[in-house]
Amino acid sequence: MDLKDKLVSSFLAFESKVDVEHPVHDIRSEAIKNFEDKGFPSKKAEAWKYTSLKGLQKIDFSIFPKEVNALEYKEVKKFFLHEIETYKIVFIDGIYSSFLSETTHDGVDICLMSAALTKPMYKPVIDVYFNKIASKDESLTTLNTAFSREGAYIYIPKNKMPKKPIEILHFSTGNETSLMLQPRNLIIAEENAELQVIERHQSLTSNEVLTNSVTEIFAAENAIVDYYKVQNDSKAASLIDNTYINQKDKSVVKVHTFSFGGKLTRNNLNFFQNGEHIDSTMKGVTILSDKQHVDHHTLVHHIEPNCESHQDYKGIYGENSTGVFNGKIIVDKIAQKTNAFQKNNNILISDKATINTKPQLEIFADDVKCSHGCTIGQLDEEALFYLQSRGIPKKEARALLMYAFANNVLESVHIPELKSRINKLIALKLGVRLGFDL
Amino acid sequence: MLKINNLHAGVEGNEILKGINLEVNAGEIHAIMGPNGSGKSTLASVIAGKEEFEVTEGNVLLDGQDLEDSAPEDRAHKGIFMSFQYPVEIPGVSVTNFMKTAINESRKARGLEDMPANQMLKLIREKAELLEIDRKFLSRSLNEGFSGGEKKRNEIFQMAMLEPKLAILDETDSGLDIDALRIVANGVNKLKSKDNAVIIITHYQRLLDYIVPDYVHVLHEGKIVKSGTKELAHELEAKGYDWIKNGAVV
Repeated sequence: MDLKDKLVSSFLAFESKVDVEHPVHDIRSEAIKNFEDKGFPSKKAEAWKYTSLKGLQKIDFSIFPKEVNALEYKEVKKFFLHEIETYKIVFIDGIYSSFLSETTHDGVDICLMSAALTKPMYKPVIDVYFNKIASKDESLTTLNTAFSREGAYIYIPKNKMPKKPIEILHFSTGNETSLMLQPRNLIIAEENAELQVIERHQSLTSNEVLTNSVTEIFAAENAIVDYYKVQNDSKAASLIDNTYINQKDKSVVKVHTFSFGGKLTRNNLNFFQNGEHIDSTMKGVTILSDKQHVDHHTLVHHIEPNCESHQDYKGIYGENSTGVFNGKIIVDKIAQKTNAFQKNNNILISDKATINTKPQLEIFADDVKCSHGCTIGQLDEEALFYLQSRGIPKKEARALLMYAFANNVLESVHIPELKSRINKLIALKLGVRLGFDL
Repeated sequence: MLKINNLHAGVEGNEILKGINLEVNAGEIHAIMGPNGSGKSTLASVIAGKEEFEVTEGNVLLDGQDLEDSAPEDRAHKGIFMSFQYPVEIPGVSVTNFMKTAINESRKARGLEDMPANQMLKLIREKAELLEIDRKFLSRSLNEGFSGGEKKRNEIFQMAMLEPKLAILDETDSGLDIDALRIVANGVNKLKSKDNAVIIITHYQRLLDYIVPDYVHVLHEGKIVKSGTKELAHELEAKGYDWIKNGAVV
């Protein structure tokens, strides 16, 4: 059976596992209809021109894990930011692991979507926020909405800040030959609230995994959200990440995406600026090898005046890897005094690697500052000679230059231990022996 | 120490150096002067091993060893250092980390362990003081946003750290105000010993008031057309390069 049909028919089985009387289920039922109509996007759609999901649709994914799987902490410790204290919301094959998690209800809610979607005490929040910013017609988002049941639920009330960063970790054990996951996250930062989130998907074997994730983030007035996506998954793991961010006056949201691994990764990152004096930042480092494919699709919708957006994506593509960057900026007619900046710089280190990069600006206001720049290049020969003339061998000099090229995106990473971790991952991925501590 | 025999070199078939002969011994300071386009910077780059230049005839020997097949990093390990006329900006790598990498790679090439961190720190502090370099400066990205003078001072700081046998200063005086010039010259003079040698490449005589050369050579159209002592530099300053160009010397 083809994957779409399998998903649609699995919805019946899914209904036996959830409360169909809950109002959220009407949303799910609407969503599955949309997915049934549209199916998976094909390369004929402009937004999917360079990323094909055809191969993945041929795989016979399990839609639900057959059994509950467990993991020992020591098996997966290295995937946590264990150098510091964090809250942890951990899932194993899509199922919450209370053993590996550390949640809280102490002034803030850092817990589970399954609880938020079923318990009456969360209903007022769910009514206001759930599926309010996520697309109701993009097929993969609606597919996730249809199967939404589990994920992270984070609610930070007015003027609050959790004591430590929050890690959302999804492990797949490989106990299923091939597994499809539909995590659904809801993150709300009320007025003046502040939080840091690190999200990671990690497959522990070489079995196929396809994760179709949806995250909704709401940042109210003056809220500050720092979100880090660490994508360093195994070669058989694919991820479609759909993140929707709604910002109000004077809020600051930064999303960093570090893509070093995985088979196919598609990041759909959507910012909606529903207020004034908003700051939205998107930064990314992509370093690929082998036949890996990463597609960054960003959207910033400037809806109100006096806001800023900053995008800085760096990519290094080796071997047969392929990359896509598509940055769309919409500035509405009323959104005067918008400052929107976009940069995408790429280095191809193999003749067989490819990058397709495209800015897409739709500007309807006349008093705005928008800039965009895409570059595709090789390493600077003069810089190489400079390093070599100081005694640094060519191979190391190349690696050091690539490291430098990528690493200046990290300046805005506010968790030092994470920054050092990412630095090490970059060095590892580039095969650099750094003559200094990070 | 350095012996250059009938060196011909160029880029993509255009010959720039047309038969250079030069011998530099330990303890000596040589100045190479000449008008723009005479081949001064090419000579420096060829000695440092820049791959874009092709040696078509002759050779460069360091301690009797032909450098022809040596990569730039091998030459650095053998003790050659070139201070760049236009140092390259490398965002994302701090001056300190760059020096640590350079020093430890050189040590590795000589079969030594990495320099212990405390020793490295001490060395950096000592050499930074010599060049009157502020500590904050060392954590900045290499040459990024540095003024012309800061870049040149940073070059001599690197020289001080690497302690080369042969240092080639390519137009180190350009872009320096008088205070920076004095600091740079003072640094070079302090690093000078009977065991090392310096080649100063310059258009003007002014740096030579501070770093006094033992020999002065005049380069014109890819050849050394006149050699002499430091008085030659003064003569050039007074008469200008036209004196050379008009063939009065030959």
